[in-house]
Amino acid sequence: MKPVAFEYVRPDTLAEALAVLAERREEAAVLAGGMSLGPMLNLRMVRPKTVIDISRLPGLNMIEIRSDRLVTGATVVQADALESPVIRKELPLLALALPWVGHFQTRNSGTLGGSIAHADPSAEVPLCAVVSDATIVLRSRRRERRVPAGEFFVGALSTARQPDELVVAIDWPRVSPHEGHAFEEIAQRHGDFAIAAAACEVVLDADGHIGRVALGLGGVVDRPIAVDMQEVVGTVADGATVQALARRIAANLEPMEDHTATADYRRALARVLIERVMLRSIEAAKGKA
Amino acid sequence: MSLRVAPDQKQRVTLTVNGKARSGFAEPRMLLTDFLRHELQLFGVHVGCEHGVCGACTVLVAGRAVRSCTRYAVQMDGREITTVEGLAEPDALNVLQRAFARHHALQCGFCTPGILLSATQFLRQNGAPSEAEVRDMLSGHICRCTGYAGIVAAIMDAAEKMRRGE
Repeated sequence: MKPVAFEYVRPDTLAEALAVLAERREEAAVLAGGMSLGPMLNLRMVRPKTVIDISRLPGLNMIEIRSDRLVTGATVVQADALESPVIRKELPLLALALPWVGHFQTRNSGTLGGSIAHADPSAEVPLCAVVSDATIVLRSRRRERRVPAGEFFVGALSTARQPDELVVAIDWPRVSPHEGHAFEEIAQRHGDFAIAAAACEVVLDADGHIGRVALGLGGVVDRPIAVDMQEVVGTVADGATVQALARRIAANLEPMEDHTATADYRRALARVLIERVMLRSIEAAKGKA
Repeated sequence: MSLRVAPDQKQRVTLTVNGKARSGFAEPRMLLTDFLRHELQLFGVHVGCEHGVCGACTVLVAGRAVRSCTRYAVQMDGREITTVEGLAEPDALNVLQRAFARHHALQCGFCTPGILLSATQFLRQNGAPSEAEVRDMLSGHICRCTGYAGIVAAIMDAAEKMRRGE
């Protein structure tokens, strides 16, 4: 299908983009790589009066180290992120997740900020942002606002972004030296939307006990979620402990149901994926201790 | 100054296609696919699903394989695009296209132009791919005729011939 007729605006500066957004608010849609908005426009799932094309805005496609943080601009193309040695070194979890994002051809166009702003429940970049405790940077004509990823994703395709705000960057904590990471997902075919995905980062203390751990799930409920892992901190977390923990976490989930999977199947996948990413990230952390 | 195009306004779009300067007119909602076909008569750009899933409409924009159905023509001012018509001289086939013919990598041919363009970028980046890497790249295309085996064989064969400088 073809989109409904819309006005096209291609601002030259961020200030102009924010002015149009402030004027059009809910009637505007922001276009960068078009890998989420394009299909929604063509299928007429969205009917914006104005489309604001930010793909050529200067300053939004940087990958920049700022002391202990790494800032990725909203329009960084996923293929560029995948090829970036800085991201490979500083954000290993995101580097592990990017090959799972869509296909070769969609990563050539889709952006990091687009994935965050679109907030598909099964999307990989939002899941990494939640697990890594990244901050989403929003700008409006009035102010800059910084929202922790854990609070940004409100529900399916729904975020804390206000109608006059633009996602301008994602601000990630840089990797610490002894972190181990793992990312895993299950889809009908590679590149399809994940039925369930899991991401984990672990730091072991000097005795091999778990010092810090963050684990999150995507595609299971209506948004990426972080799982409370407090009970395993300070333990050795051997195979049996991890198995029992995965079973307990999965039992407490209330997964979505759709044409690809029942709630029970998603719960079973979540259990298996939690086990895999925990054991794998612990192994990876041992290698760095 | 920012560019503003009203919903029913036809905007002139000037770009480079297959090495030549071209221009045409597009309303904001005109898909790049439709612009290439109807304004520039490049009918090798095929229209499949029109929502970014099947890969039939794939073209190279600045050397990268992208879906042309989820980009809009007005976005493309000044860009460099390659379609299947630009892969070889008219009436000739390049190494990759000859490998497709040799390995029966096409039957109805509907998905073929898109796959050729994806494979073109892919082989530029990775001259010695594994079969698994080829299949991963192909996951972005739907072919309902061949079962993909011939396509994989053709791309592997073309990679080897290119390495030998053919």
